[in-house]
Amino acid sequence: MNWHSIGVVYCKELRDTLRDRRTIITMFVIPTFIIPVIILGFGSIAAKVVKKASQETPSVMIVGGDDSPAVRAALRAHNKIRIVPSSADYKQRIVDKNVRAAVEIPAGFDASLVRGEPAAVKIYHYEGELKSGFAAGELENFFRNYRDKTVERRLIERKLPPSLIKPFEVTRQNVAPPEKVGGNLIGGFIPYIIILLCFTGAMYPAMDLTAGEKERGTMETILCSPVGRTELVLGKFLMVLTGSLSTVVLAAASAAITFPLGGMLMSGGGGGAHAAANSGAAAMFSIDLVGFFASFLLVLPVAVLFAAVIFKIALFAKSYKEAQSTVSPLIVVVIMPALAGMLPGVELNPQLALVPVLNVSLACKELVSGVFHWNYLALIFGSTCVYAVIALAAAVKMFKREDVIFRA
Amino acid sequence: MIEAHNLTKIFRDKKRGEIRAVDDVSFRAAPGQIYGLLGANGAGKTTTLRLLATLLKPTSGSATVAGFDVTAQPENVRANVGFLAASTALYGRLTARETITYFGRLNGLADAEIAARIRRLADELEMHDFLDRRVEKFSTGMKQKTSIARTLIHDPAVLVFDEPTLGLDVMAARNIVRFVRECRARGKTVIYSTHIMSEVEKLCDVVGIIHGGRLLAEGSVTGLRERYGESDLEEIFIKVIGEKEAA
Repeated sequence: MNWHSIGVVYCKELRDTLRDRRTIITMFVIPTFIIPVIILGFGSIAAKVVKKASQETPSVMIVGGDDSPAVRAALRAHNKIRIVPSSADYKQRIVDKNVRAAVEIPAGFDASLVRGEPAAVKIYHYEGELKSGFAAGELENFFRNYRDKTVERRLIERKLPPSLIKPFEVTRQNVAPPEKVGGNLIGGFIPYIIILLCFTGAMYPAMDLTAGEKERGTMETILCSPVGRTELVLGKFLMVLTGSLSTVVLAAASAAITFPLGGMLMSGGGGGAHAAANSGAAAMFSIDLVGFFASFLLVLPVAVLFAAVIFKIALFAKSYKEAQSTVSPLIVVVIMPALAGMLPGVELNPQLALVPVLNVSLACKELVSGVFHWNYLALIFGSTCVYAVIALAAAVKMFKREDVIFRA
Repeated sequence: MIEAHNLTKIFRDKKRGEIRAVDDVSFRAAPGQIYGLLGANGAGKTTTLRLLATLLKPTSGSATVAGFDVTAQPENVRANVGFLAASTALYGRLTARETITYFGRLNGLADAEIAARIRRLADELEMHDFLDRRVEKFSTGMKQKTSIARTLIHDPAVLVFDEPTLGLDVMAARNIVRFVRECRARGKTVIYSTHIMSEVEKLCDVVGIIHGGRLLAEGSVTGLRERYGESDLEEIFIKVIGEKEAA
């Protein structure tokens, strides 16, 4: 093995690649800005939209209940909803988003309550529509309170304590530290992004250095030089690996800045219910930083594996376009196991620890929560290294095939 | 020195079956001599030259280039060969100097030696004006000069030219012809493939006519004229091919 030749080839490929605008975008621009854009951009926009929707007083229609002035008056007095005049087409108006929800009061509702007879109130809403959901939730809250007050009044009338129907209180207390909460909430999302970037970072240099060179006619030029085929392929491969790793490292650095910033932005301001919501949002951005960086180490052999596989496939193509159409569908093959790792309930076991990509996705999910299963981590790192070496050996073998290099 | 003995290359194609691209070809080219390989498109010229430059491995037969065996010592062969073809392009995003330096380093030259050789080549080829500009912005002539410098940077004993004037304008083609002559004058062994008769007449000391992968006739231009009783090289070529077709 001539390391000098490998170094010469690598340095040339690095210089050449750094002058390619397409590769610069995928290697530097996208990984640096994708996480801030997702977290700070889309995240804050989504938070603002939800906050705005929750602050809006939803318009609600009362259907029926003309003989029940008490409940109608209570509804009108409720300041978190705005009662609008009733109309027969209330369902269509909800669908058209003119009204957020409607509540149907059965005939003789007030009288039924006085008599102690059961009655059913029906709430109409638009399933999946955010503002309608808030309106329906507010109506449910109102009727829950109205029911509790009715029960309380009945108990007092019968000279019984209110605690009779509420013998004990139930409260929930989180004991998990914020990084574990955050890890659980966004732990699946981080490996998904890392794995995807790792793949796209390798994709463009791999295609450019193989099929691109064939198409431009420079492959034959370099093959005429005395450098050995193995040295040539390793020099090029190292460049592809650099593309993949730089993408991941930039994404890591960007995420390391974005997450605390996201937490700070989300935790700032507000009081009461808002403060609770904000602290939940802030916890979402709290992850175990040691685990976070450990997950990037775990991605190292995956980067080698991706670089070798893409290199091998792209090498077979006659042109850059052909390489693109062959390599691009592979993103689905990569995304599927990465997405499977995000599914709730899918957890690491000895069998899954041997499935490439899925194993890393699952391990990263645990790592960012601060959970280190050393036996699984060793198994995942070891097995991925083996797959990577096999893929690299296959790429070197492929590079020595005349029918591949001179495929016309 | 180039010596080819019964050189054969067979490609296997799923649709077309077995293709004998080079079939039992033997020839010898000496230092200070230009050996012309004359043939139509698809005759086997490029495959023969790729075998000699070790880009392809022969199916059978053998060849030595500058004393090294093409099968057993491919890297030594390539270290002694300068290969220039219409299909050997340059890296568009590198400058001419970076390109030549890259190939110098791959040939094991020290940076100081490379710098000295680049200065000399730039003087000879009048490249100083564009030496530090990116190749993608070059005219055809500039690219051709850069390719020549790339081919010569390691001062190879053997030069292989595969239709080097293909697609070039008159001036660029003349530069190539002049450069090939200079290589001969410096005592290099030159092998030159073409389908242009006038280039063969101008340049080649020995001509090999290749068709269907087989070397059908060989000799100096004068010798071939005498043997076939024709003064026009094109007529000789047609006669040689005709004999083969008739056979």
